[in-house]
Amino acid sequence: MNSAIQVIPLEWYLLLCTVLFTIGVLGVLFRRNAIIIFMSIELMLNAVNLLLVAFSSFLSDSKGQVFVFFIMAVAAAEVAVGLAILMMVYRNTNSSDINVLNKLKW
Amino acid sequence: MKALILLSSLGVISLLAELFSFKKLLYPLVLLGLIATFVFNICDWNATNNVFYKMLQFDNYAIAFSSVIIIIAFLWFLMAEGFFKEETNLTDHYALVLFALVGAVILTSYTNMAMLFLGIEILSIPMYILVGSSKNDLSSNEASFKYLIMGAFATGFLLFGIALIYGATGSFDLTEIKTAISSAGVTPQIFYVGMLLMLVGLSFKVSAVPFHFWAPDVYEGAPTVITAFMATIVKLAAFAAFLRLFDVTFYRVSGSWGLVVWMLAALTMLVGNITAVFQTRVKRMLAYSSVAHAGYMLLALLAANHYSNSAILFYGTAYSIGSIATFTIVSIVAGARGDDGIHSFNGLGKSNPMLAVVMTIALLSLAGIPPTAGFFAKYYIFTSSFIAGNVGLVLIAIIASLIGVYYYFRLIIAMYFKEGNHEAIPLDLNHKLLLIVTAIAILVLGICPDFIIRLL
Repeated sequence: MNSAIQVIPLEWYLLLCTVLFTIGVLGVLFRRNAIIIFMSIELMLNAVNLLLVAFSSFLSDSKGQVFVFFIMAVAAAEVAVGLAILMMVYRNTNSSDINVLNKLKW
Repeated sequence: MKALILLSSLGVISLLAELFSFKKLLYPLVLLGLIATFVFNICDWNATNNVFYKMLQFDNYAIAFSSVIIIIAFLWFLMAEGFFKEETNLTDHYALVLFALVGAVILTSYTNMAMLFLGIEILSIPMYILVGSSKNDLSSNEASFKYLIMGAFATGFLLFGIALIYGATGSFDLTEIKTAISSAGVTPQIFYVGMLLMLVGLSFKVSAVPFHFWAPDVYEGAPTVITAFMATIVKLAAFAAFLRLFDVTFYRVSGSWGLVVWMLAALTMLVGNITAVFQTRVKRMLAYSSVAHAGYMLLALLAANHYSNSAILFYGTAYSIGSIATFTIVSIVAGARGDDGIHSFNGLGKSNPMLAVVMTIALLSLAGIPPTAGFFAKYYIFTSSFIAGNVGLVLIAIIASLIGVYYYFRLIIAMYFKEGNHEAIPLDLNHKLLLIVTAIAILVLGICPDFIIRLL
């Protein structure tokens, strides 16, 4: 299985993950819909997962893959809390657009 | 170690309270539990324990920071009794706070990147919920949402950094990483990128400028007791983690992160203090002041000498005690006068002398005026930075503190020299106790700061 991952050079994984991560960052910064922001955050975390698996395979070391499980579990918890908070916001404002959240400014 | 087990079981017990209906007993039980945790925690002093296959290490550093966190948590519970009375689902709130404390203790004692990540998440996820705990208040909703998005965003950066460092060194263990970067071979470039990304992630968590923009909004929108929790315990734990990572592990390569932290510290002190001057609402002013205090702590972090651990511990303690006192008074006054604008404090010196005196002591401590704890806290921080040769930064810090004095004194002047509402605000027994304890602690630490400084 390792060999299948190692067909592609490590640099390419690094590049792919950086691009995915950047897309996630830009999504968080520029999209206005709360659900899409959550998806962008997931994209960031999954870019990290992919990178960890690639490194883990190239270093022949299982620790990186175990870390991925931690990230997946925590990301699931975070999204559960996040969607609950979004529901709370939606009940009060009837919108999932983050522009309605403008009460706190200086 | 014992602290972790005790805090987690307290959390589980408070969840069971609803089931077996001993909700009334829960508050004293939690207070007793925290005292027990504190005692068991300091029993391990000087006995370094590696637990969970060297994932956590309870050395003196961890015990000192976690003990301070537990003391502050105890004071916080004294402050927050009202918060637990009003809610219908109060057992959940106890459990969330206790689990957040577990995360804070993990952050003081981790020796593995996995535990750093888990500690931050265990601390943050309950906080997202607690910030939004006034469910029908739109600003609490907004604060909770912003905190969640920014927290998860910062975690993304932190994780990407961890992944790159893993790629460069092949390990998540702090000691192994330290060995890998100090050995003769060339450290790969991705290590430095990873380190900077981790720096960005942690700067979000400690709200250093320019990654602070979420903090004032979240602090203002959250219920005041939760703001106090975030400004003290969360910040202290995040700094303990920050210090452990950068001063212990990445010390050898301090040349490559020193300049970045220099800029962060200078910007944080200046922007935090200057923006606080323009605030008209006290809670938001204290939020900016808490951003500025993160800047002073970054100063000691940058110094990275034998002095800086104890300097940050002392600063964190002094700052947390001062903040708990000020936030308690803000919540009492804002609750009674209906608004947390500075004008609500007018005439407080006549109507409630006790509140005004304690507020003055706490504000003087935050401003760094002798004989309060804040003065020695700043003194140690500046000394450690001076020894490390960051003279320019110390000058910036002194200018920033002078700006700080202006807005703290504005509040003191409002309390004593302006005419206002003469109705006395009634005080709970808990709050009286808390205010007396914090005022005494600030003065005692200001007169004999040695016993904390000698700890580390």
